[in-house]
Amino acid sequence: MSSPQPLSLTVNGTPVRHFVEPRLSLADFLRGDLGLTGTHLGCETGACGACIVNLDGQPVHACLMLAVQADGLRVDTIEGLSEAGTLADLQAAFHARNALQCGFCTPGILVVAHDCLGAWAASGTVPSREVIRDALSGNYCRCTGYEAIVDAIESVAKARAGRFDPQPGGEAAI
Amino acid sequence: MKARAFDYRRVASVAEALDAYAACAGEARYLAGGQSLLPALNLRLDAPDLLIDIGRIEALRGIAIEGESLRIGALTRHAETLASPLIAAHAPILTQAAAYMAHPAIRNLGTMGGSLSLADPASELPACMRALGATLEITGSNGIRTVPADDFFQDLYETALVPGEMLTAVHVPLAASGSRMHFTEIARRRGDYAMVGLAANLVLAEGIVTSARLGFCSVGPTPMRAPATEAALTGRPLDGDAITAARAALGDDLSPDDDDSLSAAARMHLARVLLGRVLAALGEGGAEAVAA
Repeated sequence: MSSPQPLSLTVNGTPVRHFVEPRLSLADFLRGDLGLTGTHLGCETGACGACIVNLDGQPVHACLMLAVQADGLRVDTIEGLSEAGTLADLQAAFHARNALQCGFCTPGILVVAHDCLGAWAASGTVPSREVIRDALSGNYCRCTGYEAIVDAIESVAKARAGRFDPQPGGEAAI
Repeated sequence: MKARAFDYRRVASVAEALDAYAACAGEARYLAGGQSLLPALNLRLDAPDLLIDIGRIEALRGIAIEGESLRIGALTRHAETLASPLIAAHAPILTQAAAYMAHPAIRNLGTMGGSLSLADPASELPACMRALGATLEITGSNGIRTVPADDFFQDLYETALVPGEMLTAVHVPLAASGSRMHFTEIARRRGDYAMVGLAANLVLAEGIVTSARLGFCSVGPTPMRAPATEAALTGRPLDGDAITAARAALGDDLSPDDDDSLSAAARMHLARVLLGRVLAALGEGGAEAVAA
């Protein structure tokens, strides 16, 4: 019904219960109702990727999902992933390599990069730059031109595989 | 809040979904992955009175061999299509096509049934279903009926579905002995809609093409077969002469319109380029593993 509906889900590890209008997007719920404004809204049509969060561990566009669709599920936003420390090496590499300027796209890109690296870690190999670019194909960055972003993600992939230091110049240490 | 207000109901079974649709006095929509419906709602291109959330109906999930075909549940996510060993073994063009579909985050929610029901002529799965000779399983208040993919896609965004009916599964024939399949497309950027895409499904026996089914996307109001081109390929070896003949015949099959993004002549040129590439790949055995 268009009147508020009960919603129960887990956000960044914390159980949340709210009443929401059916038309409220997951992104607007996270930002407006929970104050988690690290999830950014750009295009709201699934093109820019700034709103990507993890739903039950998989990246999805929070703008292309109704909050009521997440009932009973687990949502992890950039805030939760940051506080858990799971992105710390990626964030340090983005900082070190100037892989962000305005930062609007960065939360979505970090969530996608984390997923990409996790999938490749499971395979025991390091993703190529082409694979990283493909993973980022749904994320717009209007500042950096992407090269520094791919550099940062690639360096973390190699560092996690135990081969390189993720800081600039780290390659020379080999 | 961008979408117009609507009622929402999550259902646990197909029967409950059909009942909810029938009981709605206004416009109702089935909500599956929502990766096309939500943008339409956000842009207010669509403003239904009721969304019926079918996303958790277990009976609509699953990929399994049933007799001589592969049954793919309508709620199969594109990411599941991409990762399924059964699909890779028996319908490898779906595996290939899924890699071209939108972006990874979209593929985590978008569904097989949703893409086919929307019937966007630029999307990959409808063209694949025509090339595969798939049968679509439709459930309505009178029970289940089946429609061949060739009859399902009727016009721009128009299908054989009547209001209230739901696409519940697709049945893809298991690849025949001697099958060679390939899907590829030409797009401006990875994840963009194809300027032209081609799903090819050939069967060869002792070096001779005995069956050819081609499904093009982005070249007409529906996913397009290419009967003259298929005939030009059939009954002969898949060699350079056959590819030349097929490329010539394609002009009898396709007549794309000019549009804002591409002239008709450019699109036709790209279709011929793509046809040549796909047939050359198939002549070398195909880029993907095929069933024995």
